[in-house]
Amino acid sequence: MAVHGHDAVKYSAWSLLRGALSGQRNWPAAWRDASPKPNYDVIIVGGGGHGLAAAYYLAKNHGVTKVALLERGWIGGGNTGRNTTIVRSNYLYPESARLYDFSLQLYEGLSQALNFNIMLSQRGLVLLAHSRHDLDAMSRWANAMRMNGIAAELLTRAQVGELAPALDLSPQARLPVLGGFTQRRAGTARHDAVAWGYARAASALGVDIIQNCEVVDFIKQDGRVVGVNTNRGHIRAERVGIAAAGHSSVLAKLAGFRLPVTSYALQAMVSEPIKPVLDTVILSPGTGAYVSQSDKGEIVMGAMLDLFPSYAQRGSFAVKQAIIAATLELFPSFSRLNLMRQWAGIVDVVHDSSPIIGPTPVPNLYINCGWGTGGFKAIPVGGWTLAHVLATGCSHPLAEPFGLERFITGRLIDEAAASGIAH
Amino acid sequence: MLQIPCIHCGLRDESEFTCGGTSHMVRPGLEQSDATWGEYLFFRDNPKGLHLERWRHTHGCGRWFNVARHTVTHEIFSVYAMTDPPPALAPP
Repeated sequence: MAVHGHDAVKYSAWSLLRGALSGQRNWPAAWRDASPKPNYDVIIVGGGGHGLAAAYYLAKNHGVTKVALLERGWIGGGNTGRNTTIVRSNYLYPESARLYDFSLQLYEGLSQALNFNIMLSQRGLVLLAHSRHDLDAMSRWANAMRMNGIAAELLTRAQVGELAPALDLSPQARLPVLGGFTQRRAGTARHDAVAWGYARAASALGVDIIQNCEVVDFIKQDGRVVGVNTNRGHIRAERVGIAAAGHSSVLAKLAGFRLPVTSYALQAMVSEPIKPVLDTVILSPGTGAYVSQSDKGEIVMGAMLDLFPSYAQRGSFAVKQAIIAATLELFPSFSRLNLMRQWAGIVDVVHDSSPIIGPTPVPNLYINCGWGTGGFKAIPVGGWTLAHVLATGCSHPLAEPFGLERFITGRLIDEAAASGIAH
Repeated sequence: MLQIPCIHCGLRDESEFTCGGTSHMVRPGLEQSDATWGEYLFFRDNPKGLHLERWRHTHGCGRWFNVARHTVTHEIFSVYAMTDPPPALAPP
């Protein structure tokens, strides 16, 4: 069925009921699969969550609707489809707290804003302290969050046990749980729904979403970017934005500059589905492991990076073993589960584990990258701030501290050390 | 699991090694600008393809050496000593 973005069906109980009368067989496609036109106001390179969100907010917040979103594969097929769907804003420094909490706030209203159920489940995040030093560090961390206006609660071992009874809480455990803290507003969301929700809403506002369209070069005039060459022809635009995560350096090289980014494979995996056993997200900075249970019942596991540069969307067996070992230290009862799927995404790791949002050294070219191992939670704010700089030419106030220039001035926002992100 | 040929010990499993990042980077002089130092400390080619990198046989001989590796296939084209010049390899 031919679909035009502007007459997208509004999803509601009523539309579902009406659909039932025809056996739910006549739903139009959720968004319009477009072909490239020769000219746009803005081109966004990369059809993951960040690119799709940027396209939507360009149209919604700034009225810029002559927008092409170019994706070399299919939308949401990169890291957006290769993460553990955790959303949280438990960062240490004020700059990060502002940025990530705004993202979480956008997530909280996103199903309504997009008219698409992103299945946000604010089931809370529990961080585990395994030593006295962990307890001290977590007190500091939780207090820093509160100073930044983000609710966090310190937990005793008994309180951790109430939230996650499946954990090994015995004093004999190799990594005994001494306590921890929780951010109750954290949780999970449905990754595909986030990509498709933004795509549908952007398409309805007139954005062209163009799949199987790979950028092979940038078109420059007097040193300024004025368009892109793709496998589907030349496309010109006033401004171009890059939201390509692990492939940011490849695009930067085409445009003639370098980034402070190294690409690594980050693995995750799920077990076979089982009955509900874990209704929160567990993060153990000591082991690097994070564990949750999906709505389908699978145990979702992730941990450390494969620590050598990689563009291969697969991980080493040695690291897989380490992730599973870390998970089983926390949850010995999971040891008999069969592993069902495993995957790896190519993440763009920056020295200070903070993102890069804003202008590049090439005029008219802007970038959103460097989210490293935690891009999914930041999709709304990454899109919001990239759209802002693409529409206005000026960095959004939330994104100002996260420019490329910080790697020259030394004004890093070192969340790598600060919030104990497992690398 | 990668199998990496340590130039001192021969073929061993990846889990014995630590990757130390890009090789052949030259430290700038102290009188150089912030921009030069920023480039040296943080900015990388991060190539999709041939990468010349340092590895340490941490749980073996403990010594550093260089590896020429493809970052997509992980194929290792060459291993050579820390003081050797970059090998003449055509970028794949």
